[in-house]
Amino acid sequence: MGVEQKLANMGAVTTTLETVVNWSRTRAMWPLLFGLACCAIEMMAAEGAHYDMSRFGMELMRPSPRQSDLMIVAGRVSRKMAPVLRRLYDQMPEPKWVIAMGDCASCGGVFNNYAVVAGVDEIVPVDIYIAGCPPRPEALIHGIMTLYDKVNHEKIKDQA
Amino acid sequence: MTQLQEVSVDDIKHLVSERAIQGETVLLNMGPQHPSTHGVLRLLLELDGETVVNCIPDIGFLHTGIEKNMESKTYEKANVMTDRLDYLNTVGNNLAYSMAVEKLVELDVPDRAQSIRVILAELQRIASHLIWLGTTGLDVAAMSTFLYCFRERESILDILELCSGQRMMTTFIRPGGLWRDVPVEFEAAVREFIKIFPRRVDEYEALLSRNPLFLDRTFGIGTVTAEEALNFGMTGPPLRASGVKWDLRKARPYSGYEQYDFEVPTRSEGDVYARYIVRIEELRQSLKIVEQALNKMPLGPVRSSDHKFVPPPRSEIGVNMEALIHHFKLWTEGYSTPKGSIYNAVESPRGELGVYLVSDGGPKPYRIHWRTPSFDNLQALPFMAKGVLVADLVAIIGSVDIVLGDVDR
Amino acid sequence: MQPEFETTIQVLKKNFKAQVSEFRGDVRVNLPAESIVPAGKMLRDELGFNLLSTMTAVDYWPEQKPRFDVLYQFTSVTHILSLSVLVQVPGINPSLPTISGVFKNAIWRERELWDMFGIKFEGHPDLRRILMPADWEGHPLRKDYPLGYEEPHFTFNFEEIDLRKPYAKE
Repeated sequence: MGVEQKLANMGAVTTTLETVVNWSRTRAMWPLLFGLACCAIEMMAAEGAHYDMSRFGMELMRPSPRQSDLMIVAGRVSRKMAPVLRRLYDQMPEPKWVIAMGDCASCGGVFNNYAVVAGVDEIVPVDIYIAGCPPRPEALIHGIMTLYDKVNHEKIKDQA
Repeated sequence: MTQLQEVSVDDIKHLVSERAIQGETVLLNMGPQHPSTHGVLRLLLELDGETVVNCIPDIGFLHTGIEKNMESKTYEKANVMTDRLDYLNTVGNNLAYSMAVEKLVELDVPDRAQSIRVILAELQRIASHLIWLGTTGLDVAAMSTFLYCFRERESILDILELCSGQRMMTTFIRPGGLWRDVPVEFEAAVREFIKIFPRRVDEYEALLSRNPLFLDRTFGIGTVTAEEALNFGMTGPPLRASGVKWDLRKARPYSGYEQYDFEVPTRSEGDVYARYIVRIEELRQSLKIVEQALNKMPLGPVRSSDHKFVPPPRSEIGVNMEALIHHFKLWTEGYSTPKGSIYNAVESPRGELGVYLVSDGGPKPYRIHWRTPSFDNLQALPFMAKGVLVADLVAIIGSVDIVLGDVDR
Repeated sequence: MQPEFETTIQVLKKNFKAQVSEFRGDVRVNLPAESIVPAGKMLRDELGFNLLSTMTAVDYWPEQKPRFDVLYQFTSVTHILSLSVLVQVPGINPSLPTISGVFKNAIWRERELWDMFGIKFEGHPDLRRILMPADWEGHPLRKDYPLGYEEPHFTFNFEEIDLRKPYAKE
């Protein structure tokens, strides 16, 4: 009988600090309400009752950047909107992640012209790209699961 | 590119009242990222305590340059970009564009295609009004309507996915008719929807229409008279709620709407509550149209057989020389159109959606202009918002039902 | 053509030197630039065209002079009619009198024409850019303005585009 078994019988769990920190970050990640265009409607549909996102801890979308950890850029970013996006990203506290949802946020999408920024990664560093025009709610949920995978593998020594 | 620009007060001095410059009233920015503005709309509010003295909208945060982008694509390929304008009425945008191209080249559309177009357009109208109802409920803090409306919307999106494979940006309606025939399960799915929907509308009405809290927040707020509404260029439910009975489906019928028997709901008060009642009634009338069109759906082809403008079916390319030549010409160069310009308008859930198409004889549109209803409806917002509280302003924005993809294009 | 339309066309021809043409059932009237505001007032008050559906412009550079064609689309709700009025504007210092005193939704429409085409409207209360950022240079919908096309990534040129694309770091 090891130390762990004895401790577990007394009601104590042993684990590593990294696991605990990453587990707590993924279980209640609050997204910033940043729906811009058509992908926002699919994001709202993912919030609805059919493809429930609140089972992943994302019940509420916080309108204020000071209270959120995840920014889902859903929709096309035009030239006038780009500085606003950067300012909101700067206002979010660490740790923060960015998901580029849809084709327009990942690479410019259908549009290749003077008004749309070709890919949001020119403005903010992106963790996960989700393809689709617009991506189905299941695709968005798969992207969020991939982000959780990524967060679960983060190491404390990599974060300065 | 990501530097914020400094704007001084001098730029907007002519828009705000004297009291702001003296410091009596507060200038507040209801920014592009806001839960109640239904998209990226920036409002500069001049507040005296909680009352709005002046409201200056600032648009352009979703400008995508669709009009210029469509000038560099052939007519068939430009159809894909039309979905992304008013992204809650994607089928309607395709319909407006396809009808404009058909008017320009004088292409005929078979009857089966006309009735299926009507069914899909009315289902899209129901889906759009459901989103409006859900977000209006959220704005006045009735959160359960949001969940109920999205449940119904999923059934409609299932029907659209059955036909075209895509939930939202279908590009199913193309110049000449439809992309392909609807599958056999289509009729059963639509009949199932027709059976369950009327009682759901009664559920939504039971939640809101006679609720004293809702009535307090919407009755008598944001009134517009009929002359003012026409002068502002408003069309659609806000105009009908002010007493003017103008609906393009009845006034200048298209796509076979003259065969169907439906009413155009109108109210005379012109406030937020009247617009709510008009849209709820439109849900019921749209369902009536869907049922009649489904009963009347004749058999036959679904796309015009004029292969100078419509691609021939793939099965014929291997055996028929002319089909091969038409296919080659259509996909490499496009078809040539007569020189001239036309204006064609349809009724979208928000108002009059018009297309002004100029052709110089070539395979690409020389200039295409979209008359989008939300652009004109939004101009009346500063007029409606004088002297109301900030919470009422949120209800007014919700009642006008703007979509920023429409406003900014 | 309907009888109400006939009277409208006669009135416009008599008072404003209008030229009429028709294409696919749409009636089009060409007017000179200085008479658009009194024509608009007469259309609204006497002839029943009480809704200005849209205002837009077409750029015919470099083939045609005059360069711009400004379109006013009037709709009559009472008689159920639709009329297009075209005004031709030259390319050097393009300007027109503003119609926003007659129809209020022309305020934003004329701002959009200033932003996209560079056509000035005299007497407009608030002429500044509406869709592009305030410090943007150029008028995007003109034909001599480039589309802003970016090279798409394929496998053969992905590396070189990747090196020069401005990614955000932190």
